[in-house]
Amino acid sequence: MPDFISHNISTINFILINIALGLSIYLTLATGLLSLANAGFMAIGAYTAAIIATKTDLPLGIGLALAILLGTLVALPFGLVVLRLRDVYLAIATLGFGEIVRILALNGDKLVRGITGDEELVIFAGAEGITLPYTSPEMILGLPDTTWPILIYDLALVYILATLYRSRYGRIQAAIRLDESAAATLGIDVVRYKLLAFVLGAAIAAGAGALSTPIVRVIDPRNYVFSRAVDILAFAVLGGMTHWVGPIVGATMLTSLPEVLRFLQERRDVVNGLIIMLAIIYLPRGLVDPRFWGGWWRRRPRLRPQKVEGPAEVEARPKAYE
Amino acid sequence: MSEAEQRAAAVKAAPMLKIESITRFFGGLAALDRVSFEVERGKIYGLIGPNGAGKTTLINIISGLMLPTSGRVLLENKLISGLPPHQVAAAGVGRTFQNIRLFTDLTVLENVMVGNHLRQGGSLIGTVLRLPRSRREERETREEALRLLRSLRMAHLAGIEAGALSYGDQRRVEIARALALEPRVLLLDEPAAGMNSAETDQLAEFLLELRESGLTLLVIEHDMDLIMRISDRVVVLNFGRKIAEGPPELVRNDAQVIEAYLGEEV
Repeated sequence: MPDFISHNISTINFILINIALGLSIYLTLATGLLSLANAGFMAIGAYTAAIIATKTDLPLGIGLALAILLGTLVALPFGLVVLRLRDVYLAIATLGFGEIVRILALNGDKLVRGITGDEELVIFAGAEGITLPYTSPEMILGLPDTTWPILIYDLALVYILATLYRSRYGRIQAAIRLDESAAATLGIDVVRYKLLAFVLGAAIAAGAGALSTPIVRVIDPRNYVFSRAVDILAFAVLGGMTHWVGPIVGATMLTSLPEVLRFLQERRDVVNGLIIMLAIIYLPRGLVDPRFWGGWWRRRPRLRPQKVEGPAEVEARPKAYE
Repeated sequence: MSEAEQRAAAVKAAPMLKIESITRFFGGLAALDRVSFEVERGKIYGLIGPNGAGKTTLINIISGLMLPTSGRVLLENKLISGLPPHQVAAAGVGRTFQNIRLFTDLTVLENVMVGNHLRQGGSLIGTVLRLPRSRREERETREEALRLLRSLRMAHLAGIEAGALSYGDQRRVEIARALALEPRVLLLDEPAAGMNSAETDQLAEFLLELRESGLTLLVIEHDMDLIMRISDRVVVLNFGRKIAEGPPELVRNDAQVIEAYLGEEV
């Protein structure tokens, strides 16, 4: 087992980062929002943490906290404006956001130099990106010290999302996703809960970006292009977006599949693509669909206790159904 | 009388719902043309008219899903037109839809719990930390929803996914969900559509029971027998105008109403 981990530590790291990103987009998708801004928020988090790491002696924890704070502060006003849009219109607007963040990172130094007047200042380092100094990771309990933070982050996210899923927040999310106007006529402030999901998703993505820096080490704008946003979306689409387990399964599969299929050599990408296509065709609601799997185990135990309520309840049903 | 008492008395004397000269244009077409009427507290009002008369448009305007071009809606003398739908709901207006709009992936119990969410406190932080208060509120909401389902004799449906129910049961669950909001006025858009006569009879009994409990109802329905049987008063729309209003037996024999229904036996 330790061998397996050390041989595949890079893949495991990326799976863990991608799980956090998948969970960040799940929050918005589960509320019925097709937002592709998560790559942009990831970039905000990564740059924040990388700048803290290179310009100061502060620990990664501070970088993480600042990244989440900055992601939240940017998501609030942006969400207020953009959440008036729906479906593909929202997708396009949020993609635009990702591009703005990327271009700001690319040209940020020019901007900062213009403001401060200091022509030598280097913060974002343009297309070259910020490179973190390499330190060989220390092993703690069989895992490198760069893996632990992201693993703990993922576990914390799972706890939070699983708790919310079973609370009234989970029901409200589902209600908005399934029928927004019906939800509104039940007193649900749709805009408020959409904004909440959007900001939480942004904060999660920014945190994932921050924790990815010791693993990626080179933080440059190419990491956060359009295709990154689509990758994140694919985790949730393949895994399923109605339950928090979905994006975890999706991110794990999509990240590890190219490695698992390495023995196929040049045919690898074809098989990889085929597997994803088949999954989408036969399980369009994702690999983790509570309705599909629920039929196996959930339905029977839940219904049984209702039967003891006696014949009076049954008779109340219209005769036409008997 | 003190000032507060006077105000309370004024509210009590006010009609539950007051529709004031509501006009709504879709492009150049007036879907509603200066429609006015008052709904008395604790009564069942029937809203009838041929297809395209503007009945659903009116209910959409009352519930805040649509804005009127002009005119006002007052709930116990409080202006509610112009408010977003969730605030209209919080003010005490519940509704169902002509084309049933349940949350199909959720169970019946969960649907009703969503309807009850305004009564449920518990902050985001409290929920995430599973604080005792949040857990208690969650438990209470669940019990409340079960109690409501039991009182409607629908407890046996609680664990079933709403989308898997029969048509008639879906209609009843949608009413239960709206009742979970604890509204003062309930707007029902064709509650008997698609029901057989036994189910319609049951529905009639049920709506009369709701009136006994003090609820005010405004019911759109094409089933004339049902409307004439349960309504205290009937309002008739045709091409966006109110053409008649009165007790069922008077409206039934109104010449304009008979003409609007093209000589149909009303």
